[in-house]
Amino acid sequence: MSSYGRRLVWVTLATAIVCVAIGLYIGLYLTNVPGSVAAAHVGPVTNLYLGTVPAAEPTDPHPTWVSYYVVSPTSTNWQHDTTFVLPANSLVHVTIYQFDGDSGLRNPFISQATGTVGGAFQLNGKTTQAIDPDDASHVFAIPQIGLSVPLEGVPDSAKNPCSNAPCPLSYDHETISFTFRTPAKGLYRWQCFVPCAAGYMLGFGGPMQTVGYMDGFIKVV
Amino acid sequence: MNEVNHFRRVLLIWLVASTIATPLVIFVLAPIVPPGNGTVESAGQVTDNTVLFGLSTPIALAVIVWFLYAVIVFRERDTSGAVLDGPPLRGDARIQMWWVVITTAIVLFLAGYGTVRLLSDGSGGGQGPNPIAAPSQAKDPPLRVQVIAQQWQFTYRFPGYGGVETQHLEIPAHTTIELNVTSLDVIHSFWAYQLGVKADANPGENNIAYVTTKQPLTFNIRCAELCGVWHGYMFDTGRVVTKAQFAAWISAQRLTYAPATKSLPPYSNTYFPDPQRLGG
Repeated sequence: MSSYGRRLVWVTLATAIVCVAIGLYIGLYLTNVPGSVAAAHVGPVTNLYLGTVPAAEPTDPHPTWVSYYVVSPTSTNWQHDTTFVLPANSLVHVTIYQFDGDSGLRNPFISQATGTVGGAFQLNGKTTQAIDPDDASHVFAIPQIGLSVPLEGVPDSAKNPCSNAPCPLSYDHETISFTFRTPAKGLYRWQCFVPCAAGYMLGFGGPMQTVGYMDGFIKVV
Repeated sequence: MNEVNHFRRVLLIWLVASTIATPLVIFVLAPIVPPGNGTVESAGQVTDNTVLFGLSTPIALAVIVWFLYAVIVFRERDTSGAVLDGPPLRGDARIQMWWVVITTAIVLFLAGYGTVRLLSDGSGGGQGPNPIAAPSQAKDPPLRVQVIAQQWQFTYRFPGYGGVETQHLEIPAHTTIELNVTSLDVIHSFWAYQLGVKADANPGENNIAYVTTKQPLTFNIRCAELCGVWHGYMFDTGRVVTKAQFAAWISAQRLTYAPATKSLPPYSNTYFPDPQRLGG
Protein backbone atom coordinates (compact mmCIF):
# COMPACT_ATOMS: atom_id res chain seq x y z
CA MET A 1 0.00 0.00 0.00
CA SER A 2 1.32 3.42 -0.87
CA SER A 3 2.04 5.94 1.86
CA TYR A 4 -0.94 7.98 0.63
CA GLY A 5 -3.19 4.94 1.01
CA ARG A 6 -1.88 4.23 4.50
CA ARG A 7 -2.48 7.82 5.55
CA LEU A 8 -6.00 7.67 4.14
CA VAL A 9 -6.75 4.51 6.13
CA TRP A 10 -5.43 6.02 9.35
CA VAL A 11 -7.32 9.26 8.91
CA THR A 12 -10.53 7.35 8.13
CA LEU A 13 -10.02 5.12 11.15
CA ALA A 14 -9.30 8.05 13.49
CA THR A 15 -12.33 9.95 12.20
CA ALA A 16 -14.55 6.89 12.72
CA ILE A 17 -13.27 6.44 16.29
CA VAL A 18 -13.91 10.10 17.12
CA CYS A 19 -17.41 9.93 15.60
CA VAL A 20 -18.27 6.79 17.58
CA ALA A 21 -16.94 8.37 20.80
CA ILE A 22 -19.02 11.51 20.24
CA GLY A 23 -22.08 9.40 19.43
CA LEU A 24 -21.59 7.33 22.58
CA TYR A 25 -21.17 10.44 24.72
CA ILE A 26 -24.35 12.01 23.38
CA GLY A 27 -26.26 8.74 23.57
CA LEU A 28 -25.22 8.06 27.17
CA TYR A 29 -26.01 11.66 28.15
CA LEU A 30 -29.49 11.48 26.65
CA THR A 31 -30.32 8.10 28.15
CA ASN A 32 -28.87 8.78 31.59
CA VAL A 33 -32.15 9.74 33.27
CA PRO A 34 -32.81 9.38 36.99
CA GLY A 35 -34.87 6.41 38.12
CA SER A 36 -38.48 6.79 39.08
CA VAL A 37 -40.76 5.34 41.74
CA ALA A 38 -44.43 4.54 41.31
CA ALA A 39 -46.76 5.61 44.11
CA ALA A 40 -48.86 2.96 45.86
CA HIS A 41 -52.59 2.63 45.13
CA VAL A 42 -54.95 2.03 48.01
CA GLY A 43 -58.57 2.21 46.88
CA PRO A 44 -59.41 5.32 44.87
CA VAL A 45 -56.53 7.31 46.34
CA THR A 46 -52.87 6.97 45.46
CA ASN A 47 -50.45 7.27 48.34
CA LEU A 48 -46.99 8.76 48.11
CA TYR A 49 -44.68 8.72 51.12
CA LEU A 50 -41.65 10.98 51.16
CA GLY A 51 -38.94 11.86 53.61
CA THR A 52 -36.71 14.92 53.88
CA VAL A 53 -33.38 14.80 55.63
CA PRO A 54 -30.63 17.31 56.40
CA ALA A 55 -28.11 15.06 54.65
CA ALA A 56 -28.16 12.04 52.36
CA GLU A 57 -26.76 8.64 53.34
CA PRO A 58 -23.05 8.56 54.14
CA THR A 59 -22.55 6.37 51.05
CA ASP A 60 -24.27 8.87 48.72
CA PRO A 61 -22.05 10.67 46.18
CA HIS A 62 -23.06 13.86 48.03
CA PRO A 63 -23.43 12.75 51.65
CA THR A 64 -23.70 16.35 52.94
CA TRP A 65 -26.52 17.34 50.64
CA VAL A 66 -30.03 17.91 51.91
CA SER A 67 -32.46 15.64 50.11
CA TYR A 68 -35.90 14.22 49.54
CA TYR A 69 -36.39 10.43 49.56
CA VAL A 70 -39.19 8.04 48.76
CA VAL A 71 -39.97 6.12 51.93
CA SER A 72 -42.25 3.33 53.04
CA PRO A 73 -45.36 4.21 55.13
CA THR A 74 -43.50 3.34 58.33
CA SER A 75 -40.28 5.02 57.18
CA THR A 76 -38.36 1.76 57.31
CA ASN A 77 -37.33 1.59 53.66
CA TRP A 78 -35.69 4.59 52.01
CA GLN A 79 -35.13 4.96 48.30
CA HIS A 80 -33.15 7.84 46.82
CA ASP A 81 -35.40 8.89 43.93
CA THR A 82 -37.19 12.13 43.23
CA THR A 83 -39.13 11.20 40.11
CA PHE A 84 -42.55 9.92 41.07
CA VAL A 85 -44.97 8.11 38.77
CA LEU A 86 -48.59 9.11 39.45
CA PRO A 87 -51.89 8.40 37.69
CA ALA A 88 -53.49 11.21 35.70
CA ASN A 89 -56.54 13.13 36.93
CA SER A 90 -56.51 11.33 40.26
CA LEU A 91 -56.35 12.19 43.93
CA VAL A 92 -52.91 11.64 45.41
CA HIS A 93 -52.38 11.65 49.15
CA VAL A 94 -48.85 12.70 50.05
CA THR A 95 -47.29 12.11 53.45
CA ILE A 96 -43.91 13.68 54.15
CA TYR A 97 -41.79 12.78 57.17
CA GLN A 98 -39.71 15.88 57.68
CA PHE A 99 -36.50 15.38 59.69
CA ASP A 100 -34.66 18.62 58.86
CA GLY A 101 -34.40 21.82 60.91
CA ASP A 102 -35.92 25.15 59.89
CA SER A 103 -34.22 27.57 57.49
CA GLY A 104 -36.89 30.14 56.70
CA LEU A 105 -38.45 31.17 53.43
CA ARG A 106 -37.00 33.86 51.23
CA ASN A 107 -40.52 34.71 50.08
CA PRO A 108 -43.03 34.48 52.96
CA PHE A 109 -45.86 34.15 50.43
CA ILE A 110 -44.91 30.51 50.03
CA SER A 111 -45.68 29.84 53.69
CA GLN A 112 -49.29 29.24 52.67
CA ALA A 113 -50.37 25.98 51.05
CA THR A 114 -51.94 26.26 47.62
CA GLY A 115 -53.33 23.77 45.19
CA THR A 116 -54.24 21.12 47.75
CA VAL A 117 -57.71 19.67 48.17
CA GLY A 118 -59.44 22.05 50.57
CA GLY A 119 -56.59 24.55 50.34
CA ALA A 120 -55.04 23.18 53.52
CA PHE A 121 -52.71 20.47 54.78
CA GLN A 122 -52.16 18.43 57.91
CA LEU A 123 -49.24 19.29 60.16
CA ASN A 124 -48.80 16.51 62.72
CA GLY A 125 -52.47 15.69 62.33
CA LYS A 126 -53.68 19.27 62.68
CA THR A 127 -55.31 20.98 59.70
CA THR A 128 -53.64 24.25 58.78
CA GLN A 129 -53.32 26.63 55.85
CA ALA A 130 -50.01 28.31 56.58
CA ILE A 131 -47.00 28.22 58.86
CA ASP A 132 -44.63 30.86 60.17
CA PRO A 133 -42.30 31.57 57.20
CA ASP A 134 -39.30 31.48 59.54
CA ASP A 135 -40.18 27.95 60.63
CA ALA A 136 -40.14 26.51 57.12
CA SER A 137 -37.59 23.84 56.44
CA HIS A 138 -38.60 22.89 52.91
CA VAL A 139 -41.42 23.21 50.40
CA PHE A 140 -42.99 20.64 48.13
CA ALA A 141 -44.15 22.60 45.09
CA ILE A 142 -45.26 21.76 41.57
CA PRO A 143 -45.49 25.29 40.13
CA GLN A 144 -47.04 24.17 36.83
CA ILE A 145 -50.21 23.05 38.64
CA GLY A 146 -50.10 25.64 41.44
CA LEU A 147 -49.35 23.11 44.18
CA SER A 148 -47.19 24.36 47.04
CA VAL A 149 -47.01 23.04 50.58
CA PRO A 150 -44.59 24.38 53.22
CA LEU A 151 -42.86 21.86 55.48
CA GLU A 152 -42.25 22.99 59.03
CA GLY A 153 -38.79 22.33 60.39
CA VAL A 154 -37.87 20.26 63.41
CA PRO A 155 -37.30 22.74 66.27
CA ASP A 156 -33.74 23.58 67.29
CA SER A 157 -34.63 22.26 70.75
CA ALA A 158 -35.25 18.74 69.39
CA LYS A 159 -33.67 16.13 71.65
CA ASN A 160 -33.25 13.38 69.07
CA PRO A 161 -32.63 14.87 65.60
CA CYS A 162 -31.64 12.72 62.65
CA SER A 163 -28.59 13.85 60.70
CA ASN A 164 -28.33 11.46 57.75
CA ALA A 165 -30.74 9.31 55.80
CA PRO A 166 -32.28 6.87 56.48
CA CYS A 167 -34.20 8.19 59.48
CA PRO A 168 -36.61 5.92 61.40
CA LEU A 169 -39.70 7.54 62.87
CA SER A 170 -38.14 7.26 66.33
CA TYR A 171 -36.13 10.38 65.49
CA ASP A 172 -37.68 13.82 65.96
CA HIS A 173 -39.68 14.75 62.90
CA GLU A 174 -42.73 16.60 61.61
CA THR A 175 -45.41 14.79 59.62
CA ILE A 176 -47.00 16.77 56.83
CA SER A 177 -49.77 15.33 54.69
CA PHE A 178 -52.02 16.70 51.99
CA THR A 179 -54.07 15.58 49.01
CA PHE A 180 -53.93 17.03 45.53
CA ARG A 181 -55.41 16.17 42.16
CA THR A 182 -52.96 15.24 39.44
CA PRO A 183 -53.22 16.99 36.07
CA ALA A 184 -53.40 15.39 32.63
CA LYS A 185 -50.67 13.03 31.43
CA GLY A 186 -47.28 14.64 31.15
CA LEU A 187 -43.99 15.38 32.84
CA TYR A 188 -44.11 18.05 35.55
CA ARG A 189 -41.20 19.29 37.63
CA TRP A 190 -41.35 19.82 41.34
CA GLN A 191 -38.97 21.75 43.57
CA CYS A 192 -38.26 23.10 47.05
CA PHE A 193 -38.44 26.87 47.52
CA VAL A 194 -36.50 27.19 50.75
CA PRO A 195 -32.87 28.23 50.18
CA CYS A 196 -31.71 25.12 51.98
CA ALA A 197 -28.51 24.21 50.13
CA ALA A 198 -26.03 24.89 52.89
CA GLY A 199 -22.71 26.25 51.72
CA TYR A 200 -23.95 27.31 48.30
CA MET A 201 -24.46 30.84 47.01
CA LEU A 202 -27.92 32.08 48.01
CA GLY A 203 -28.68 28.58 49.28
CA PHE A 204 -29.81 27.55 45.80
CA GLY A 205 -26.88 25.61 44.38
CA GLY A 206 -25.89 21.96 44.69
CA PRO A 207 -28.87 19.89 45.83
CA MET A 208 -31.30 22.63 44.79
CA GLN A 209 -30.17 22.40 41.19
CA THR A 210 -29.62 18.65 40.93
CA VAL A 211 -32.46 16.32 40.10
CA GLY A 212 -32.44 13.61 42.75
CA TYR A 213 -32.14 15.83 45.80
CA MET A 214 -34.39 18.87 46.32
CA ASP A 215 -36.18 18.71 43.00
CA GLY A 216 -37.39 16.22 40.46
CA PHE A 217 -40.30 15.29 38.29
CA ILE A 218 -43.71 13.78 38.56
CA LYS A 219 -44.48 11.53 35.63
CA VAL A 220 -48.23 11.59 35.26
CA VAL A 221 -49.33 8.53 33.30
CA MET B 1 -21.96 48.53 -30.79
CA ASN B 2 -23.40 50.38 -27.80
CA GLU B 3 -21.93 49.35 -24.48
CA VAL B 4 -24.51 48.10 -21.98
CA ASN B 5 -25.10 50.42 -19.00
CA HIS B 6 -25.09 47.83 -16.23
CA PHE B 7 -25.70 50.35 -13.49
CA ARG B 8 -28.86 51.59 -15.16
CA ARG B 9 -30.04 48.02 -15.70
CA VAL B 10 -29.44 47.04 -12.09
CA LEU B 11 -31.12 50.23 -10.91
CA LEU B 12 -34.17 49.49 -13.02
CA ILE B 13 -34.45 45.89 -11.82
CA TRP B 14 -34.01 47.03 -8.22
CA LEU B 15 -36.67 49.75 -8.64
CA VAL B 16 -39.19 47.30 -10.05
CA ALA B 17 -38.43 44.67 -7.37
CA SER B 18 -38.61 47.24 -4.56
CA THR B 19 -41.84 48.75 -5.87
CA ILE B 20 -43.45 45.32 -5.76
CA ALA B 21 -41.85 43.85 -2.64
CA THR B 22 -41.84 46.81 -0.25
CA PRO B 23 -45.63 47.37 -0.14
CA LEU B 24 -46.10 43.60 0.17
CA VAL B 25 -43.75 43.50 3.16
CA ILE B 26 -45.24 46.60 4.78
CA PHE B 27 -48.91 45.76 4.32
CA VAL B 28 -48.94 41.95 4.31
CA LEU B 29 -45.93 40.56 6.21
CA ALA B 30 -45.08 43.16 8.86
CA PRO B 31 -48.56 43.42 10.47
CA ILE B 32 -48.57 39.70 11.28
CA VAL B 33 -45.11 39.71 12.80
CA PRO B 34 -45.16 39.28 16.63
CA PRO B 35 -45.88 40.44 19.28
CA GLY B 36 -49.29 41.51 17.91
CA ASN B 37 -51.61 44.35 18.86
CA GLY B 38 -52.70 43.26 22.33
CA THR B 39 -51.45 46.39 24.08
CA VAL B 40 -50.38 49.90 23.15
CA GLU B 41 -46.74 48.87 23.61
CA SER B 42 -46.93 45.66 21.58
CA ALA B 43 -48.80 47.51 18.82
CA GLY B 44 -46.03 50.12 18.90
CA GLN B 45 -43.47 47.36 18.48
CA VAL B 46 -45.38 46.07 15.46
CA THR B 47 -45.25 49.61 14.03
CA ASP B 48 -41.51 49.80 14.72
CA ASN B 49 -40.97 46.45 13.04
CA THR B 50 -43.00 47.64 10.06
CA VAL B 51 -40.81 50.75 9.72
CA LEU B 52 -37.66 48.65 9.94
CA PHE B 53 -38.97 46.08 7.47
CA GLY B 54 -40.02 48.89 5.10
CA LEU B 55 -36.56 50.40 5.21
CA SER B 56 -34.59 47.21 5.05
CA THR B 57 -36.51 45.64 2.16
CA PRO B 58 -35.09 47.94 -0.58
CA ILE B 59 -31.64 47.70 1.02
CA ALA B 60 -31.75 43.91 1.07
CA LEU B 61 -33.09 43.88 -2.49
CA ALA B 62 -30.23 46.13 -3.65
CA VAL B 63 -27.73 43.58 -2.36
CA ILE B 64 -29.63 40.59 -3.76
CA VAL B 65 -30.28 42.15 -7.19
CA TRP B 66 -26.68 43.27 -7.59
CA PHE B 67 -25.40 39.86 -6.48
CA LEU B 68 -27.64 37.91 -8.86
CA TYR B 69 -26.97 40.32 -11.72
CA ALA B 70 -23.22 39.93 -11.25
CA VAL B 71 -23.45 36.14 -11.04
CA ILE B 72 -25.53 35.93 -14.21
CA VAL B 73 -24.14 38.72 -16.42
CA PHE B 74 -20.50 38.82 -15.41
CA ARG B 75 -19.99 35.06 -15.44
CA GLU B 76 -16.98 33.95 -17.48
CA ARG B 77 -18.49 31.79 -20.19
CA ASP B 78 -15.40 31.00 -22.21
CA THR B 79 -13.38 28.62 -20.08
CA SER B 80 -11.07 27.43 -22.87
CA GLY B 81 -8.42 30.04 -22.28
CA ALA B 82 -6.99 31.92 -19.35
CA VAL B 83 -9.45 33.89 -17.22
CA LEU B 84 -8.89 37.51 -18.02
CA ASP B 85 -9.16 40.32 -15.54
CA GLY B 86 -11.80 42.94 -16.18
CA PRO B 87 -11.17 46.62 -16.80
CA PRO B 88 -9.54 48.51 -13.90
CA LEU B 89 -11.87 50.00 -11.30
CA ARG B 90 -11.89 53.75 -10.89
CA GLY B 91 -13.40 55.86 -8.16
CA ASP B 92 -16.68 57.59 -8.83
CA ALA B 93 -17.15 60.65 -6.66
CA ARG B 94 -20.87 60.86 -7.40
CA ILE B 95 -21.59 57.31 -6.34
CA GLN B 96 -19.45 57.68 -3.24
CA MET B 97 -21.21 60.90 -2.29
CA TRP B 98 -24.67 59.36 -2.68
CA TRP B 99 -23.53 56.27 -0.77
CA VAL B 100 -22.45 58.40 2.19
CA VAL B 101 -25.51 60.67 2.01
CA ILE B 102 -28.07 57.85 1.79
CA THR B 103 -26.54 55.61 4.48
CA THR B 104 -26.05 58.57 6.82
CA ALA B 105 -29.63 59.67 6.32
CA ILE B 106 -30.95 56.17 7.04
CA VAL B 107 -28.86 55.75 10.18
CA LEU B 108 -29.73 59.24 11.50
CA PHE B 109 -33.41 58.67 10.79
CA LEU B 110 -33.39 55.36 12.64
CA ALA B 111 -31.53 56.90 15.59
CA GLY B 112 -34.06 59.75 15.77
CA TYR B 113 -37.03 57.45 15.27
CA GLY B 114 -35.83 55.02 17.93
CA THR B 115 -35.20 57.81 20.42
CA VAL B 116 -38.62 59.35 19.89
CA ARG B 117 -40.34 55.98 20.20
CA LEU B 118 -38.45 55.09 23.37
CA LEU B 119 -39.21 58.44 24.97
CA SER B 120 -42.89 58.27 24.10
CA ASP B 121 -43.84 55.25 26.21
CA GLY B 122 -40.71 53.24 26.92
CA SER B 123 -41.72 50.62 24.33
CA GLY B 124 -42.52 48.14 27.08
CA GLY B 125 -38.93 47.89 28.27
CA GLY B 126 -37.65 48.10 31.82
CA GLN B 127 -36.56 51.66 32.56
CA GLY B 128 -34.92 51.24 35.93
CA PRO B 129 -36.14 52.83 39.16
CA ASN B 130 -36.56 56.32 37.65
CA PRO B 131 -38.36 55.92 34.33
CA ILE B 132 -37.87 58.64 31.72
CA ALA B 133 -40.90 57.64 29.70
CA ALA B 134 -43.49 57.64 32.47
CA PRO B 135 -47.11 58.12 31.42
CA SER B 136 -48.98 61.19 32.56
CA GLN B 137 -50.64 60.61 35.91
CA ALA B 138 -52.96 63.61 35.58
CA LYS B 139 -56.09 61.51 34.96
CA ASP B 140 -55.79 57.97 36.25
CA PRO B 141 -52.62 56.88 38.01
CA PRO B 142 -51.33 53.58 36.66
CA LEU B 143 -52.19 50.36 38.45
CA ARG B 144 -49.04 49.31 40.26
CA VAL B 145 -48.16 45.63 40.12
CA GLN B 146 -44.97 44.22 41.55
CA VAL B 147 -43.41 41.29 39.74
CA ILE B 148 -41.28 39.22 42.13
CA ALA B 149 -38.95 36.73 40.51
CA GLN B 150 -37.22 33.93 42.33
CA GLN B 151 -35.72 30.59 41.41
CA TRP B 152 -37.99 29.41 39.74
CA GLN B 153 -41.29 31.20 39.57
CA PHE B 154 -42.85 34.64 39.31
CA THR B 155 -45.32 35.94 41.87
CA TYR B 156 -47.18 39.24 41.76
CA ARG B 157 -47.96 41.77 44.43
CA PHE B 158 -50.65 44.44 44.34
CA PRO B 159 -49.85 47.30 46.75
CA GLY B 160 -53.15 49.01 45.96
CA TYR B 161 -55.09 45.98 47.15
CA GLY B 162 -53.78 45.40 50.64
CA GLY B 163 -50.40 44.24 49.38
CA VAL B 164 -51.78 40.86 48.41
CA GLU B 165 -49.39 38.55 46.57
CA THR B 166 -50.71 36.15 43.95
CA GLN B 167 -49.49 33.09 42.06
CA HIS B 168 -50.79 34.28 38.71
CA LEU B 169 -51.17 37.63 37.00
CA GLU B 170 -54.44 39.17 35.92
CA ILE B 171 -54.70 42.82 34.91
CA PRO B 172 -57.63 44.96 33.80
CA ALA B 173 -58.25 45.94 30.17
CA HIS B 174 -57.90 49.53 28.96
CA THR B 175 -55.62 50.40 31.87
CA THR B 176 -52.05 51.61 32.21
CA ILE B 177 -50.08 49.20 34.39
CA GLU B 178 -46.86 50.08 36.18
CA LEU B 179 -44.88 46.87 36.50
CA ASN B 180 -42.26 47.02 39.25
CA VAL B 181 -39.95 44.13 38.51
CA THR B 182 -37.50 42.80 41.09
CA SER B 183 -35.84 39.55 42.14
CA LEU B 184 -35.23 37.79 45.43
CA ASP B 185 -32.12 35.90 44.35
CA VAL B 186 -30.38 35.88 40.97
CA ILE B 187 -30.99 37.82 37.76
CA HIS B 188 -34.19 36.92 35.95
CA SER B 189 -36.10 38.67 33.19
CA PHE B 190 -39.86 39.17 33.09
CA TRP B 191 -41.01 38.69 29.50
CA ALA B 192 -44.74 39.03 28.92
CA TYR B 193 -44.62 38.35 25.24
CA GLN B 194 -48.06 39.39 23.98
CA LEU B 195 -48.00 42.47 26.24
CA GLY B 196 -44.80 43.66 24.57
CA VAL B 197 -43.07 43.85 27.96
CA LYS B 198 -39.59 42.68 28.80
CA ALA B 199 -37.82 43.86 31.93
CA ASP B 200 -34.83 42.45 33.79
CA ALA B 201 -35.49 41.31 37.36
CA ASN B 202 -32.42 42.11 39.42
CA PRO B 203 -32.05 41.49 43.16
CA GLY B 204 -32.16 44.73 45.11
CA GLU B 205 -33.34 46.72 42.07
CA ASN B 206 -36.73 48.08 41.07
CA ASN B 207 -37.04 47.94 37.29
CA ILE B 208 -40.16 49.77 36.14
CA ALA B 209 -41.93 49.05 32.85
CA TYR B 210 -45.27 50.42 31.67
CA VAL B 211 -47.92 48.74 29.61
CA THR B 212 -51.32 50.02 28.55
CA THR B 213 -53.75 47.20 27.94
CA LYS B 214 -56.46 47.10 25.31
CA GLN B 215 -58.93 44.26 24.88
CA PRO B 216 -58.97 41.13 27.10
CA LEU B 217 -56.41 38.54 26.07
CA THR B 218 -54.28 35.70 27.37
CA PHE B 219 -50.54 36.21 27.43
CA ASN B 220 -47.48 34.09 28.04
CA ILE B 221 -44.95 34.95 30.69
CA ARG B 222 -41.44 33.56 30.52
CA CYS B 223 -38.14 34.15 32.20
CA ALA B 224 -35.76 35.47 29.55
CA GLU B 225 -32.54 35.25 31.55
CA LEU B 226 -30.79 31.93 32.13
CA CYS B 227 -31.29 31.56 35.88
CA GLY B 228 -30.53 27.96 36.83
CA VAL B 229 -31.60 24.40 36.28
CA TRP B 230 -35.34 25.10 36.05
CA HIS B 231 -35.08 28.28 33.96
CA GLY B 232 -36.85 26.55 31.10
CA TYR B 233 -39.80 25.81 33.38
CA MET B 234 -40.11 29.35 34.70
CA PHE B 235 -43.24 30.30 32.82
CA ASP B 236 -46.77 31.32 33.56
CA THR B 237 -49.94 32.36 31.76
CA GLY B 238 -51.50 35.74 32.49
CA ARG B 239 -54.77 37.31 31.50
CA VAL B 240 -56.04 40.75 30.61
CA VAL B 241 -59.67 40.80 31.76
CA THR B 242 -62.46 43.33 31.93
CA LYS B 243 -62.35 45.78 34.83
CA ALA B 244 -65.30 44.04 36.48
CA GLN B 245 -63.63 40.64 36.17
CA PHE B 246 -60.43 42.06 37.59
CA ALA B 247 -62.28 43.54 40.58
CA ALA B 248 -63.86 40.15 41.29
CA TRP B 249 -60.57 38.31 40.80
CA ILE B 250 -58.50 40.55 43.05
CA SER B 251 -61.16 40.34 45.79
CA ALA B 252 -61.05 36.55 45.58
CA GLN B 253 -57.25 36.60 45.71
CA ARG B 254 -57.28 38.76 48.83
CA LEU B 255 -59.57 36.28 50.48
CA THR B 256 -57.65 33.21 49.31
CA TYR B 257 -54.24 34.52 50.30
CA ALA B 258 -55.25 36.25 53.52
CA PRO B 259 -53.15 33.83 55.65
CA ALA B 260 -50.00 34.46 53.58
CA THR B 261 -50.62 38.19 53.38
CA LYS B 262 -50.35 38.38 57.18
CA SER B 263 -46.80 37.02 56.90
CA LEU B 264 -45.66 39.31 54.11
CA PRO B 265 -43.32 42.20 54.86
CA PRO B 266 -44.66 45.71 54.18
CA TYR B 267 -44.70 46.54 50.49
CA SER B 268 -41.30 47.70 49.34
CA ASN B 269 -39.72 48.45 45.97
CA THR B 270 -37.15 45.75 46.62
CA TYR B 271 -36.65 42.85 48.97
CA PHE B 272 -33.14 41.70 49.51
CA PRO B 273 -33.10 38.93 52.06
CA ASP B 274 -29.86 38.05 53.72
CA PRO B 275 -28.01 35.97 51.13
CA GLN B 276 -26.30 34.02 53.90
CA ARG B 277 -29.64 32.85 55.23
CA LEU B 278 -28.99 29.26 54.37
CA GLY B 279 -30.38 26.09 55.78
CA GLY B 280 -29.57 22.50 55.35
